Amino acid sequence: MEEPHPGQFYMLEVSKGMDPLLKRAFSLFRRTPEGFQILFRIKGKGTSILRDLREGTEITMLGPLGNGYPLPSDAQSPLVIAGGIGIASVFPLMEKISKKAFVFYGARTEQELFLTGELPKIYKELAVCTDDGSCGVKGTVVDVLNDFIRNRDGIHQPVIYACGPNVMLLEIAKTAAANGIKAYLSLEENMACGIGACLGCVVKTKTGYKRVCKEGPVFDAAEIVWQP
Amino acid sequence: MNLEVNIGGLKLKNPVMTASGTFGYGEEYGEFVDLNRLGAVVVKGLSLKPKEGNPPPRVVETASGMLNAIGLQNIGIERFIGEKLPFLRRFDTAVIVNFFGDSVDEYAEAAERLSGVDGIHGLEMNISCPNKQAGWCIFGTDPKVTERVVGAVRKKTALPLIVKLSPNVTDISLMAKVAMEAGADAVSLINTVTGMAIDIRTRRPRLANITGGLSGPAVKPIAVRMVYEVYRSLKIPIIGMGGIMNAGDAIEFLIAGASAVAVGTANFVNPRATTEIIDGIIDYMEKEGIGDIGSITGTVHAG
Repeated sequence: MEEPHPGQFYMLEVSKGMDPLLKRAFSLFRRTPEGFQILFRIKGKGTSILRDLREGTEITMLGPLGNGYPLPSDAQSPLVIAGGIGIASVFPLMEKISKKAFVFYGARTEQELFLTGELPKIYKELAVCTDDGSCGVKGTVVDVLNDFIRNRDGIHQPVIYACGPNVMLLEIAKTAAANGIKAYLSLEENMACGIGACLGCVVKTKTGYKRVCKEGPVFDAAEIVWQP
Repeated sequence: MNLEVNIGGLKLKNPVMTASGTFGYGEEYGEFVDLNRLGAVVVKGLSLKPKEGNPPPRVVETASGMLNAIGLQNIGIERFIGEKLPFLRRFDTAVIVNFFGDSVDEYAEAAERLSGVDGIHGLEMNISCPNKQAGWCIFGTDPKVTERVVGAVRKKTALPLIVKLSPNVTDISLMAKVAMEAGADAVSLINTVTGMAIDIRTRRPRLANITGGLSGPAVKPIAVRMVYEVYRSLKIPIIGMGGIMNAGDAIEFLIAGASAVAVGTANFVNPRATTEIIDGIIDYMEKEGIGDIGSITGTVHAG
């Protein structure tokens, strides 16, 4: 098995039949001695099938695919931001840069925060927030991030890594631009092949459409042209 | 055992090719498939000038199929010849270039540019992409325009010329006949079936382009019926496609009347689909005692 890099993903077969037809993309969550794990939220048909798989079932997969997060240098201070299930994508990054990350983790409610018990081992500082205040600070991760940047002038060479819903990523891109901070965002788009052939999963950038599966999923926030 | 087929003067080592738009420019699949094994590689549709394509979302899965509205994004003929063709030349497989234009003149100019280029063995004219706005689709749906555009291309190329037909017409046999009389050496069918999907929560179309082309197993019976109809009405070589997922599907198209098949959406599901289908066809021939794959074309017992 090819060694995956944090931020890369796999295409997993969810059915041997014709419906669902296409493989589904999942971020690498955690490398284990035997293989790797994914972390997913049950959302539709494909994820429901995965949930119900019996232990020992064989499925085919492609990967690791995509570019992954560029790792921070020793001088940089990584600010890692996750929204909801976006934690799956940034988790291996946090593990890799062990205890260096300032982590901002938000969701709508406490029920949508995953593995808060696992995180203490791997962060430098952790801020948890929920839209409804059911866990941690009441507010969005972007609010918390903005406060952090305002109040912590001492942070040396901050660099942002984020994965979550598009609305969150757009706000992070604005914050990053306003503060002159480099930001790497992991994007999501409907995918068919996952290997750069179908041109289905594109995102608009300053240099034209780019494929999320091939040139991404991680993009420099300054490159993205946000669509209304 | 003979797997070779002849498609309007183009000799293929076996009847399995890739469907345009599902195999990139070949190199995307290089790590999964030995391209030498394929009957032909049909590359992503090209135009004289590069095209940016449609905004996302461009693809959405539907029951046993998918809708796409890529919008013919491509790097343009010049960059293809300079950057992508050298890779394909390394393989012992036929390279068929799919192309399109925005006018009869552009079609003719594109065909002329692609002819006489080392490493291009055949042309496939896309007159049927459903993802372009009104006006464009008449190349594949108005017989008079089809005749003009195919005739104009025929004058500019001596390469084997395949015309890819749209299923979004009342009588596909008529369109095939028009293409043949205007100079096509073969026809390929079907392109995708125009479709639409709506998010019932937001009430917005699931594709930014609103409509898109349906492909995959969901369209296969439509495609088989159309191949059968075209084969019955005129004896032009047919490349059958539409939802071929395995060797059985491919053989079904051959029996319906196709001389070769193209594998499309299956490449997205399984990047090795093409070579697995070739292996499956060989198995079938062994089991059924078929010496020549061409001998099963059009052998459906339909009274």
